[in-house]
Amino acid sequence: MPDDKHAQPDIATVEKRIDAIQAAFEERGLEPTKAIEDQAHQVEEQWLPRNGARVVAKAWTDPEFRKRLIANGRQAVAELGLAMPKHHRHLVVLENTSTIQNVICCTLCSCTAFTIIGLPPDWYKDLEYRSRVVRQSRTVLREMGLDLPPEVEIRVWDTTADTRYMVLPVQPPHTVGWPEEKLAEIVTRDGMIGVARL
Amino acid sequence: MDGMHDLGGKQGFGPVRYTLNAPAFHEAWERRVNALYSYAVRLGYFNMDEYRHAIERMEPRHYLTAGYYERSLTSLATLCVEKGIVTREELDRRAQGTFPLAAANGPGRTNVASRERFQPGARVRVREDYVPGHSRMPGYIRGKVGVVVSESPAYPFPDAHAHSVPAADEPTYDVRFRSEDLWPRSADPALVHVGVFQSYLERAE
Repeated sequence: MPDDKHAQPDIATVEKRIDAIQAAFEERGLEPTKAIEDQAHQVEEQWLPRNGARVVAKAWTDPEFRKRLIANGRQAVAELGLAMPKHHRHLVVLENTSTIQNVICCTLCSCTAFTIIGLPPDWYKDLEYRSRVVRQSRTVLREMGLDLPPEVEIRVWDTTADTRYMVLPVQPPHTVGWPEEKLAEIVTRDGMIGVARL
Repeated sequence: MDGMHDLGGKQGFGPVRYTLNAPAFHEAWERRVNALYSYAVRLGYFNMDEYRHAIERMEPRHYLTAGYYERSLTSLATLCVEKGIVTREELDRRAQGTFPLAAANGPGRTNVASRERFQPGARVRVREDYVPGHSRMPGYIRGKVGVVVSESPAYPFPDAHAHSVPAADEPTYDVRFRSEDLWPRSADPALVHVGVFQSYLERAE
């Protein structure tokens, strides 16, 4: 055994490794290629932040919907035709206010409500965000361009179970009265993660 | 397990590499990994707790240097071998090199017998449990006191579900902690909410 077990020159590349699994599945009569195509369709056309943006815009314009959304997020987004995987049994919608900033993370892996707010961006899954945002929230947000006034309380939500979270951003005052479709256009994924204000 | 994955509060990491409109994927193979692991879940080869735990079982140095999708790939391959769908030899042969896998699985545990129901406002302490298997209790809340905010629907108990141990579904509690209690004199003031399984909690005085 060499001193450094990691100096293994014969480690297969990641491409070759996923090729290997794909080929093994293929040989067993499974349909990995179709699964890859289906997933590409879902990633490109269905699991997009615009879903969450529609939810936010509706919550801004329809107080009754907003109440239902806060009470039971999963049921309320279903009204808009938005589905969540079976194991995401609960969607908690976190309301920002002028003095509260909610921000979501997953310190143990990288869980998100991906069917609603889109697949998580690269930085959300990086070691830096996962290690630091729970402990140095204000510093991390400032580094990411969100410099919050001292009177804003920060609430960090660590996604340690299969409950999923999304942040309901504060509606920018100049957009009051805009139609829902136009409002949805200003809602960003990062706003629904809570690392940006709109 | 107190694994390398349990990153909350670890010090030494630098600034978040943040960009606007950051992508979820960088390379085509990452999309294939993402598709095939979820395909394997749909086929019933493994559940999400087994999937997460196989990532946690990765050799720590491999865990830290692998990106998100390489970790996912390692978990997928490890579980396919453990479930008897492929052999390690077949993977190595097809990949034309060593296919690094995660370390062997340890024992799980069932629900804690003395667990109790909590109402919003209850003060709770996270039990000082140390387990060799899967757990969704981040180390930074162990032994800490927080306040129950709400109760979730019941979920499979991860410590059991990742190990095929029979167990009842149980709720999680949204528990609110103060960052200053989690890391005294060493955290930005904030409230930290964690979804904590019922079995991880006991009533605090």
